[in-house]
Amino acid sequence: MLAYIFRRVLLATPILLGVALVCFMLVHMAPGDPLVSVMPPDASEALREQLVQAYGFDKPLPVQFGLWVWHALHGDLGMSIASGRPVTSEVLNAVGFSLRLALLATLIGFVMGSLFGFVGGYFQDSWLDRLASACSAIGVSVPHYWLGMLMVIIFSSQLNWLPATGGGPMGQSAWAWDWAHLQFMILPAITLSVIPTGIIARTIRAQVAETLSQEFIVGLRAKGMGEWGLFLHVVKNAAPTAMAVMGLQIGYLMGGSILVETVFAWPGTGLLLNSAIFQRDLPLLQGTIWVLALFFVALNLLVDILQTLLDPRIKRG
Amino acid sequence: MNLSILRPAAPAVTPIESSPGYWSEVFGRVRRDPVALLVAAVILALILMAILGPSILPGDPFTTSMFKRLKPIGTQGFLLGTDELGRDLLSRLMLGARLSLFMGITPVIFAFFIGGAIGVIAGYAGGWINSLIMRTVDVFYAFPSVLLAIAFSGALGAGVNNALISLTLVFVPQVARIAESVTTQVRNRDYIEAARASGAGPWTIIRTQVLGNVLGPIFVFTTGLISVSMILASGLSFLGLGVSPPEPEWGLMLNTLRTAIYTQPLVSALPGAMIFITSISFNVLADRLRSAMAIRS
Repeated sequence: MLAYIFRRVLLATPILLGVALVCFMLVHMAPGDPLVSVMPPDASEALREQLVQAYGFDKPLPVQFGLWVWHALHGDLGMSIASGRPVTSEVLNAVGFSLRLALLATLIGFVMGSLFGFVGGYFQDSWLDRLASACSAIGVSVPHYWLGMLMVIIFSSQLNWLPATGGGPMGQSAWAWDWAHLQFMILPAITLSVIPTGIIARTIRAQVAETLSQEFIVGLRAKGMGEWGLFLHVVKNAAPTAMAVMGLQIGYLMGGSILVETVFAWPGTGLLLNSAIFQRDLPLLQGTIWVLALFFVALNLLVDILQTLLDPRIKRG
Repeated sequence: MNLSILRPAAPAVTPIESSPGYWSEVFGRVRRDPVALLVAAVILALILMAILGPSILPGDPFTTSMFKRLKPIGTQGFLLGTDELGRDLLSRLMLGARLSLFMGITPVIFAFFIGGAIGVIAGYAGGWINSLIMRTVDVFYAFPSVLLAIAFSGALGAGVNNALISLTLVFVPQVARIAESVTTQVRNRDYIEAARASGAGPWTIIRTQVLGNVLGPIFVFTTGLISVSMILASGLSFLGLGVSPPEPEWGLMLNTLRTAIYTQPLVSALPGAMIFITSISFNVLADRLRSAMAIRS
């Protein structure tokens, strides 16, 4: 098993290198001199010299890439142009907010998606199934930034139940698990949860339908097992795939929440990216995207390994 | 004794004309599907609106007026109200179909050709060429697609062209992966072997034998991407990375109307409804098309 895990991690290394290359190239994709892209407009001659040294702009591209990876692996992602603070600390600050939001959204998505999926799989082609698949189609194709606006309109502006924007009460930047903070998280989490709901519902519906059509179900029924016992068998068969899909969704939501975070001014990585775009803060953009992609790859790897551990049907090849 | 049961019930020779081809069968199935017809009609209407553009607008989409700002739905002369600068919203929504559809569909068309070509070549070539191409494609799969689109267009800067390039870059690997997997399934079939044995070169085989068998699945997958592309393209404009004002585009309109959600909530939500209708129509149509093509008796 350890050998398998080791090999999977080894296989992910070229991907990680590719991801680093894409992130590295972002600064070079930007129009104009890459030095100008990473330098504040009012930079002094000393700072300019220091940046050329740090990034190696006087050296060939492969060396620059090597330097960038070396710095990045040591936790140095450069300085944010706008704030002048290290990119690493800005990103790590925001990651916590995004992760909390993604976890809650995935949890809601898992509960709702399982509900729709099981109902759809059990009562195939009934009106309940149609309703469930209509809900999941809506979940996948609704622009979530628009849904976020609708949430604000209904629950903040009209009903006045929940706060519209922000990541906590005024003047408090730290997070706490109390109602004062949690109420800010509810609307963005519900908005984000719509995507995993649709995807998990589709996956579970297909899994349930497939399991129910297998012969062992007929066999168990013939032996006199009740519907409840059969249901447990179906759950056991559908669980590994559903878990894997759910795990990947956390990663998708972490990286994909930029629009929703913008709508709700939720102080996570998405809002950070948004401000990086507005202020053309390329080091911040690059660093945030690298951290999010790294997180996504690691999560993929973890899901892969866990799935192999949990599901004996998957052969370790 | 009744001998009729020994006689074949149907005539032995069925006329060839009566057996429909695969595509006409698919088309026939779609035509009997009311949901598919409904969403196809919606898409057709949107495309017509985009093509006809300025000639069918009820009002002026560009004239601003400080006195007519944020009028509610149903105002005299402004059927769907006015936006934050007093422009007729209905006209802007209709004209917005132009840029919104263009920005949503163009990257998918580019990705269909570029990604399809890359995938077919990788799948047919096999060996180290396949590994090289597909491992590169895997790298792009390490980013959620929203993040990748924002990364590219954030680095390239705002503008329609940059948004199109970014979105194309997002979809090319996805199409390439599907194209590669269907081509790999086809490449070892007997008829390919036969063509190779009769001396056909790789390009001839791809053109005459492979493409006909892989284009269908690649096409259906690509249609499914339009829905995502619409959301992403409008999302980029929503962030200020796509279309620049005063051009009407639904994502951008949604962003500028965001300031009005407390004063005119219904009006401010309308551009998003357009994105949603377009996106879900393409999604459902692709879904129906897929199931119509899969069942081949």
